[in-house]
Amino acid sequence: MIQALQVVTAAAPPAASGVTSLAPLVLLLPLIGAVVLMVGGRTVKRVAPLIGCLSVVVAFVLAISIFISTIGMDAASRVSEISLWSWMPVESLQVEFGMRIDPLSLTFMLLITGVGALIHIYSIGYMQHDENRQRFFAYMNLFVAAMLLLVMGNSFLATYAGWEGVGLASYLLIGFWSYKPSAGSAAKKSFVMNRVGDFGFVIGIFIMFTEMGTTSFTGVFANIGEVAKVHPGAVTVMSLCLLLGACAKSGQVPLQAWLPDAMEGPTPVSALIHAATMVTAGVYLITRSAEIYNLTDTGQLVVTIVGAVTIMVGAIAGCGKDDIKKVLAYSTVSQIGYMFLAAGLGTGVYGLAILHLLTHGFFKAGLFLASGSILHGMNEQVNMRHFGGLAKRMPLTFVTMTAGYLAIIGFPYFSGFFSKDPIIEAAFAVGGTKGWLLGMAAAIGAGLTAFYMTRLMIMTFFGDARWKNLKSPDGADYHPHESKSVMTVPMLILALGALFAGGILASGDRLVNWLAPSVGAYVEPHPTILTPGVITWGSVALMVIGAGIAYVLFGMRPVPVTQPVTRNPIILLARAGVGGDAINESLFARPGIWLARTFAYADARGVDGVVDGVGTSIVSISDWWKKWQNGYVRSYALSMLSGTLLIAVALMVVNFS
Amino acid sequence: MNPTHYLVLGALLFGIGAVGVLIRRNAIVVFMCIELMLNAVNLTFVTFARMSGQIDGIVIALFVMVVAAAEVVVGLAIIMSIFRSRRSASVDDANLLKY
Repeated sequence: MIQALQVVTAAAPPAASGVTSLAPLVLLLPLIGAVVLMVGGRTVKRVAPLIGCLSVVVAFVLAISIFISTIGMDAASRVSEISLWSWMPVESLQVEFGMRIDPLSLTFMLLITGVGALIHIYSIGYMQHDENRQRFFAYMNLFVAAMLLLVMGNSFLATYAGWEGVGLASYLLIGFWSYKPSAGSAAKKSFVMNRVGDFGFVIGIFIMFTEMGTTSFTGVFANIGEVAKVHPGAVTVMSLCLLLGACAKSGQVPLQAWLPDAMEGPTPVSALIHAATMVTAGVYLITRSAEIYNLTDTGQLVVTIVGAVTIMVGAIAGCGKDDIKKVLAYSTVSQIGYMFLAAGLGTGVYGLAILHLLTHGFFKAGLFLASGSILHGMNEQVNMRHFGGLAKRMPLTFVTMTAGYLAIIGFPYFSGFFSKDPIIEAAFAVGGTKGWLLGMAAAIGAGLTAFYMTRLMIMTFFGDARWKNLKSPDGADYHPHESKSVMTVPMLILALGALFAGGILASGDRLVNWLAPSVGAYVEPHPTILTPGVITWGSVALMVIGAGIAYVLFGMRPVPVTQPVTRNPIILLARAGVGGDAINESLFARPGIWLARTFAYADARGVDGVVDGVGTSIVSISDWWKKWQNGYVRSYALSMLSGTLLIAVALMVVNFS
Repeated sequence: MNPTHYLVLGALLFGIGAVGVLIRRNAIVVFMCIELMLNAVNLTFVTFARMSGQIDGIVIALFVMVVAAAEVVVGLAIIMSIFRSRRSASVDDANLLKY
């Protein structure tokens, strides 16, 4: 048994004051919204979208005011805590429930409530004809509340509570259209695969508790250095456990297969949960645990490998899909790979992971909302082979999609360029073979990103209007039309973010310096194996090549309306999602089934055998014994007499011996 | 007179009573054998009281008599009702209390 170390009581960050002390309200508002919508029934049915949006918008306004007041402080005092109540006072396990308001959590609060508010407003239009929109807004508010708890909690346990909360909300929303069997099974898949990760996360928390006797951020970060000296292995195991949790939540290899299936949910859900916020929780967890990862080279190495492999896997799979939402989902997987890569590179560049997370939040949410707008106008058809030539029919959607497109492929001087390029540079800055491998994975990933996004744009917006001669799955003709302004306005706001957020956040290292109190000071990477200029323009060249190949393949010849049969192993691999499901099947499903069957057999034969055996033998003993109960008074009298004699003899033996 | 004789007599009477209860079938005889055992025990109590010079044994013997009287009332009533319903006073006929 590992003895818990003498816990160093760290100087806790100062209690929050002023407008910052209103932070719990940011979390409470969406929660109240969710509760009201869930229990309100018919009385709130007509105002359900209003309640749903208002609670998030007000939370956003509050978050902004906290942000403004925090900016006014000097860097040192930007970290504060709000202690709310004693959560689990059990002997040596003393968990205080509280919130930590620092640049990192504030950044996330702004992202969640800001993008969340836009997507809520968009949902008013998108879910207009859905009977169950009250339930929809209730779940969305629940998600926002849980996600805020995840980022605002001041202990790993509070983060874990939020972590499970977003998992629940994600499950409920993926399966929102529960009449579709595919939605139900996708929801289950995401829930089960997330359990794998949660198992890792919770073991990580257990290790923290055995080693340090505390799970609060302050306590863990104050003691982790001491633990690293005494039990360096424990720190590594802890970091790998947390990484397992992060991998499942963020759809990273080998647990990425649930994320593309999660697209069965309504598109605003895909935009908010499975693109902009929840799936980035893994990046938050690793960045928040910076002080743990900084102490373990193995842990950091594994994070970078996971990131680099995921960049490639997601990008390759994205090239082979015809479902517009699945292309975007694999793109999300791949882009989060960049964030993991940056987070794994560690000290000094955690900020870059968050920078890419923010720009990705904008452009990917925009891309998803635009794809939702297309689906809305195309009878919910997701197969891009049915699209084509939609640019003229949906001009605003096209503009949004183009903004997101330019941002995600890293077109110079748009958002993605400012956030992705430093990550590629940081990967090369590792140096040596490792630097080449990580750097090339990131750079080639950028080329593949350009390929699949160009393919998506061409198949959707350009070329022949293939939908004219086709019918939607429900047998109707397609009548593509632009969506209402309640949907297009949030899209255009996100498009603006996609174009300019990266430049604003990156110029003068604004964001990375703002995050310094939470994740450590920013150290600009200085790649030595290639000069930064070569890297930057080299990746731009790869991007142009990727886009060019896509144009040659899909723009210069007609797109077939059914998926062409091919034997090309790379295309088959991409269509199969690079074996994501095969990994699940062989790594988790089959051993799980085998384990269950073994247990069932052991239960039927072993446990039941023992229980039944005890019963049967008691019955047979009684069958023999009951013959004494023959009903004759004299035999009862004889047994009484012999009993009495026995007692008498026993007494005598005891007394006289 | 040697009190041991009384004790031997008590033991003999008890033994006769016990054997009677075990081997006789007539409920009335079984009942009388029980009475015999009770009185054998009474005799033993009184003898021990005499031997130790204390009154306790005599008091208990009196209690036994009272209880025996009550028991006779209840027991005879049961035998009567069994006889009425079965036209028999044999204890082997009333053997319903079994598995």
